[in-house]
Amino acid sequence: MTPDDTTSFRWWTDAVSSHAERVDALTFGFLGLLALLVIPVAILLPYFVVHYREGSPASRKRAPSNNRRLEWGWSIIPFLLSLYFFWHAAVLFLDQQRPPEDAMEIAVVGKQWMWKFQHPGGQGEIDSLHVPAGVPVRLRMISQDVIHSLFLPALRIKQDVLPDRYTDLWFQAEKTGRYHILCAEFCGTAHSRMRGELVVMEPEAYQAWLDAREPDDTLAARGEKLFRAYGCSGCHGENSVVRAPSLAGLWGSPVPLADGGTVTADATYVRDSILFPQRHVAAGYRPIMPSFRGQIGEDDLVELVAYIQSLGSRDRRAAPVRQDRDGEQTDEAGETTSP
Amino acid sequence: MTATATNPASQRPTYLNHAYTLWSWLSTTDHKRIGMLYLGTLTLMFFIGGLAATLIRLELMTPVGDVLSADGYNKVFTIHGVIMVWFFLVPSIPNTLGNFILPLMIGARDLAFPRLNLASWYIFVAASIMALYFLLAGGVDTGWTFYTPYSSMFSNSNVTGVIAAVFIVGFSSIATGVNFIVTIHKMRAPGMTWFRMPILCWSLYATSLVIVLATPVLAISLLLVALERVAGVGIFDPALGGDPLLFQHLFWFYSHPAVYIMILPGMGVTTEIIACFARRRIFGYRFIAFSSMAIALIGFGVWGHHMFVAGQSAVAAIVFSLMSFLIAVPSAIKVYTWTATLYKGDIRMAAPLVYALSFIVLFVIGGITGLILASLALDVHVTDTYFVISHFHFIMVGASVSAYMGGLHFWWPKMTGRMYAERPALLAALFIGIGFVLTFLPQFWAGYLGMPRRYHEYPDEFQVLNVMSSAGAGILGLGYAMPLFYLTWSLRHGEPAGDNPWQATGLEWSVPSPPPKHNFVEIPVVEHEAYSYRPFGAQGSERVESDEEIQR
Repeated sequence: MTPDDTTSFRWWTDAVSSHAERVDALTFGFLGLLALLVIPVAILLPYFVVHYREGSPASRKRAPSNNRRLEWGWSIIPFLLSLYFFWHAAVLFLDQQRPPEDAMEIAVVGKQWMWKFQHPGGQGEIDSLHVPAGVPVRLRMISQDVIHSLFLPALRIKQDVLPDRYTDLWFQAEKTGRYHILCAEFCGTAHSRMRGELVVMEPEAYQAWLDAREPDDTLAARGEKLFRAYGCSGCHGENSVVRAPSLAGLWGSPVPLADGGTVTADATYVRDSILFPQRHVAAGYRPIMPSFRGQIGEDDLVELVAYIQSLGSRDRRAAPVRQDRDGEQTDEAGETTSP
Repeated sequence: MTATATNPASQRPTYLNHAYTLWSWLSTTDHKRIGMLYLGTLTLMFFIGGLAATLIRLELMTPVGDVLSADGYNKVFTIHGVIMVWFFLVPSIPNTLGNFILPLMIGARDLAFPRLNLASWYIFVAASIMALYFLLAGGVDTGWTFYTPYSSMFSNSNVTGVIAAVFIVGFSSIATGVNFIVTIHKMRAPGMTWFRMPILCWSLYATSLVIVLATPVLAISLLLVALERVAGVGIFDPALGGDPLLFQHLFWFYSHPAVYIMILPGMGVTTEIIACFARRRIFGYRFIAFSSMAIALIGFGVWGHHMFVAGQSAVAAIVFSLMSFLIAVPSAIKVYTWTATLYKGDIRMAAPLVYALSFIVLFVIGGITGLILASLALDVHVTDTYFVISHFHFIMVGASVSAYMGGLHFWWPKMTGRMYAERPALLAALFIGIGFVLTFLPQFWAGYLGMPRRYHEYPDEFQVLNVMSSAGAGILGLGYAMPLFYLTWSLRHGEPAGDNPWQATGLEWSVPSPPPKHNFVEIPVVEHEAYSYRPFGAQGSERVESDEEIQR
């Protein structure tokens, strides 16, 4: 449970990704600039206090009461200098918002007070997460109860885990080892015990680790079983007679809604459509889908989402054709049941 | 001007000796007496909050939970946060020093609404009793931030009761805010133009605006939490169809400006002390006056920097980050201005100045680390860790309470007619400054290495830093406790202070100490600004310059 050699005091904690190294560089670079801006105060404040102490012989002639140029100078110059760090920290933040396309996806469910991780192959683990080094990993996270926050200090990243929608966190760890997983958002009694271990392994070792764990079914395959078990396939299946949108090729595409808006078919959309089907009714369909709220737990939802994701994105060649048809005959396009 | 060495209390009618009964205090509408009532109440609340902090530091000396249970620890840090924020820091300087000094500074006989002022104290006392009852009998384990859906649907503690107490105490803040705004607008003595007012009046004015505009939003958001908790109305809990992030937006819309409620008055007090003890007109008066207003205004546009990892949009995050950089500008102006004011002064090292100087040091450290937190990718790593804890303690506690202590020592002779003992006062100031830095510097480091906040137990590697922090807290606690003794002692045994022991030039020093019941026998006519020090004033100056030159 305890990561490597953490029992003893350390002055420093390794940065194990290039992102983490850049965060350190920016932090200490910015602190350096700020120290530079404080130096005049740090030197002059004690100097004035001593030099102009009551009764000292220093001259007080021509004491200024203001100095426009100086005042504008110290208002604006430090601000402009610090904007350099504003910009770079923002760019780094935006990079962190965009996971690479080919990132390996791991599903995370947070609950009072444990972390559950599911690998794409179906391997699950609790309070520990094994990942390969040098490979981008994307965590798709949701909470079953209150707000948690997944914090990986060695990677210098964290992200709140919300109960109503999926949030993402991605990283590419470069150095093998064992590191902390912490919950950073107060979540109740055992908040400080909601900790785990991130194990970064060589890719071969990771594969061996996966293989050693009898993969019963992949996440998507389990989702497919649930898809039938919950009766989803009755309407959304290939041969359904009920008019419901087909889910093949849905993933990642824009979905026109009955109210005129559009949403992107991502994990949160799929989950919302299962629990709150009236929230986003697809254009051209009647709002007849029943809500599964309270009937499907987050773990099953994760599997269902993985299955729908596995049905793939719409073929790029086919997309424009369909869009054209949508454009010309809006009503009929909506009525089309399946491709 | 010359200090008379007669016993101040016995011969002349003052606000203290015109009546002695308990009822005369409980029914007073005199801003000075109400200030003293607040001083007593807030001191009590400060030590209750401090006791909770002591328990926290004791628990964190070891990585395992051995002093308190997990729930006990969660309740103790909630007591600490709720009491310190709403029942000490927010009212601290405005309701004690501000209440006492503001009318004297602008040449008024009282605040605009004396009875509202008394009512605000009663509301405060009622809310305090209520908060203490719910916090101690059963307790609350949400932290002072009451994040949903934990607070609204999951916590099994007295959330509703404490929320009600915080809701009620808000009215006390609003009453004081409205009172100050109206007083500053309508009751300045003839000739007391806006740009002749002491800087403390400007910062109290800015503070009051923030209080009046932001506190209702806090009230609304707490009311909504209570509504969801009690009636099950789905507002924040997704299981009821609500949005948990909505609460964070509403809460920080108040609670970020609330940080400025806590620090702006401290900046004002520091300015007064530095001008007086350096015998210098404050450098760049207009810049420092407007910087208070700028902080108050920009302060409403930065709340989202508490939510960079909460799931708000990237565009919003960038805007909030930029705004947070922007608000550092007026703060930096103040620091440079205070330094420049010392240039060519006649600096007299006394306890109030030591407090003011430690205000500057602590404020600078808190401000610098605030900019790290305003930087997006850097905040992602350090938010919700001890880095944040340390940062806001430097500002809200280190700096704010230093200013409060400095102001208390500075105006103590005016408020009581007695001098405190200088030697223990210097010692206490030193203990507070050094103890504070020892307590909180290690917390920055623990936070950067990854220690999350609100942890009852923590990984072993953080123990050394936590022990260092707890040791520093011992010195800090001693420093905070000392004034309680020597200031109380001075009430009876202190040297009579005389009207103006610091040879200061504000209007408040032109009346006897302690002031008579109605402050001014005749409302003074003001002919120059509050800082008649070098280069403008009588003391050590070449000449008194015209207003136009002053207002350059």
